[in-house]
Amino acid sequence: MIANLTEEQRLLQESLERFRQLDYTFEKRRAHLAKLGAQDDPAWAMLAEMGWLAATLPEEHGGLGGSNADLALLMEQFGRALLVSAFVPSVVLGGTILRRAGTAAQRAAHLPAIAEGREKLALAYLESTGQHAPGVVTTRAARDGGDFVIDGAKTAVLYGNCADHLLITARTSGGDADAAGISLFLVPAGTPGLSADTYRTHDDGWAANLALTSVRVPASALVGAEGSALPTIEVALDAGAAALCAEAVGAMWTLHDLTLDYLKVRKQFGATLGSFQALQHRMVDIYMRCQLAQSATMAAVAALDSSDARMRGRAVSAAKALVGRTARQVGEDAVQLHGGIAMTDEYAAGHYFKRLAMIRLTFGDEEFHLDRYRSLEESPR
Amino acid sequence: MDVRQRFETAELKAFRAEVRDFVRTALPDDIRRKVAQERMDLPREDQQRWHKILRTKGWACPGWPREHGGPGFGDDQRYVLEREIALGDAPRSMIYGEGMLGPTVMAYGTADQKRQILPGILEGDVLWCQGFSEPNAGSDLASLQCKAERRSDAAGEHYILNGTKMWTSEGHIADWMFGLFRTDNSGRKQEGITFLTLDLKSPGVTIRPILLFEGTHEVNQVFFDNVRVPVANRLGEEHKGWGIAKYLLSLERFGTAEVSRSMASLARLKRFLRERDPFRHAPAQKDAVWRRVAQLEIELDALEITEVRFLFGGGEAGPESSMLKVRGTEIQGDIFELAMTCAGGHALAARRDETATDDQAARTGQDTAYPYFNFRKTPIYAGSNEIQRNIVAKAVLGL
Repeated sequence: MIANLTEEQRLLQESLERFRQLDYTFEKRRAHLAKLGAQDDPAWAMLAEMGWLAATLPEEHGGLGGSNADLALLMEQFGRALLVSAFVPSVVLGGTILRRAGTAAQRAAHLPAIAEGREKLALAYLESTGQHAPGVVTTRAARDGGDFVIDGAKTAVLYGNCADHLLITARTSGGDADAAGISLFLVPAGTPGLSADTYRTHDDGWAANLALTSVRVPASALVGAEGSALPTIEVALDAGAAALCAEAVGAMWTLHDLTLDYLKVRKQFGATLGSFQALQHRMVDIYMRCQLAQSATMAAVAALDSSDARMRGRAVSAAKALVGRTARQVGEDAVQLHGGIAMTDEYAAGHYFKRLAMIRLTFGDEEFHLDRYRSLEESPR
Repeated sequence: MDVRQRFETAELKAFRAEVRDFVRTALPDDIRRKVAQERMDLPREDQQRWHKILRTKGWACPGWPREHGGPGFGDDQRYVLEREIALGDAPRSMIYGEGMLGPTVMAYGTADQKRQILPGILEGDVLWCQGFSEPNAGSDLASLQCKAERRSDAAGEHYILNGTKMWTSEGHIADWMFGLFRTDNSGRKQEGITFLTLDLKSPGVTIRPILLFEGTHEVNQVFFDNVRVPVANRLGEEHKGWGIAKYLLSLERFGTAEVSRSMASLARLKRFLRERDPFRHAPAQKDAVWRRVAQLEIELDALEITEVRFLFGGGEAGPESSMLKVRGTEIQGDIFELAMTCAGGHALAARRDETATDDQAARTGQDTAYPYFNFRKTPIYAGSNEIQRNIVAKAVLGL
């Protein structure tokens, strides 16, 4: 995924590969998931211990100061491992938001805790339509003395069930779809008036729908200036989307490898499946799509460093749109080329396919990002 | 870091600006208009005229080393040059001589052959065509049967050619042909093939045009009836031409993905949509069309990055690059199909828009069906996309 690995990145990659091959094999993962309750996650402690939660967070707050290339490297390997974790909501979204907009006190209180794995964050921004449009916010927050009182509802808050603090978008002024007037609040789990309907997602993760009824928080819970949170949320969601693209690329290459291996050993009509040209060409299509998705993802990850929001958004949306389409094609074709075995719960392919489908639906699908890509053209129509 | 950053050094940026400027001022307008119509059947005079303009500038045969008269550009400069030439609507280089035979002669030719062949290509005076395919040797090239029999008489040693070559691009405007001929049928089909060059004015050569279904004359069938070719025209050893041909075909590294040309085509389509605005009364259709444009742009962008990764990833570009040709020609076909449908009823007219100007609003799009039809050839030629998929399946995936 990364061109020209540094020595440090090479070591990081090796440790991730060891984790995947020894500690988080598909069989061990199954055992983990069977035991996994809503709150405890045996893999989380490993991620913390290995320093991976800290890898991309700033050094002054207990992180290791890694780059976006490091993030892509981690995510690609997490994708290959089919890791179920709160890494993206907590470290990528939470970390990015607090770094960019958090007060000194908020950063000092939470970033080291995230880096050490003592605390998890989640971002609650999707609303009742279920559509990825961070600028559409109907949840409202009203000033009441020195406090804010929040009312509304949030959908599919990833790992919202196990977050210690929730980053919640709420409108402090303006109409439902206005870019201005959106504020961000850091709300401790368990705050009165906050209730969660928790459920498993198809990729064995967790999510929650939140209901907010007169949730009272002090003004110090505001993250960034009142009413102007949207640019921060977009930066965070771009980082999240690029991270998911990298994860998807790792997952797709794994499906590619699984399928290729299967074609080489499975025999029918006295010949390996891989000897049939019709199947060879479909396998080549999977290969080509993985390469192209990887290329787009590399550009998106590189663009995260750009100070030009338009360029950044365009590269990320291009990648997320292409990766989304590719994820469907590669996922469906990998299952089809395997045949019945890939439909079973005990075989890995179907689980990668499910994760890819969830990634497609997370932080904007193909259609959303195609539109966003167009709207960010230099001279849009 | 974006892999395309490698082209953003101060030197390459300056070079890009210089090329862009040069193409804008030096390219004759009549040639530019033809290229902007996506025509690949440029007359000999147009191709020579442009080649000589580049030659005067010192940029002809950009990949050739200085000792043979080229500028000796590195891969980065060649990449930038090819891009800017395409974006400026200038003709592609005359690949058969410049891109294929020239470098092959440098590798396999004798001192005499280098002296005889290379200057004509460099100056743009001698046009070459390629005699590989035959009626019964297309994708399965090694099964070619056009015969060359060795003879000796008072005039010296020579080969007598009999048979036919098919799909000879530019055969009708070329002076010379290089090709593969069967000198022995006893062993494996890859053995007994000999690489020869011949003057197309030789007695016994007949060139029959093959018109493509949309009316252009690009390819030909060439017949050989006891054509005499001196042994001195042989490149490499007798019966050992297959290896030379493989080397020659491996040289086609730059541009097989057609990224630059597709960028130019897509930019033209966007200008057309923006300036002429054919869907101004059909908002839903307009939206759908722009979505397809965005999709193609995203795919082309990913292809470009992939091309840079493969070509500049260190080491020789391997069989992975077959996928560049496959995806590149698929995307190119999609762009032309979209351009045609955007022209609507205007695309029905089987006539060129000879008044074509840069003013896209003035264009009706009446010539957009030509490239759509014409470019159906690209997934077929230079190793069909099915052959390219076979190559990836075998050489990359080990199937």
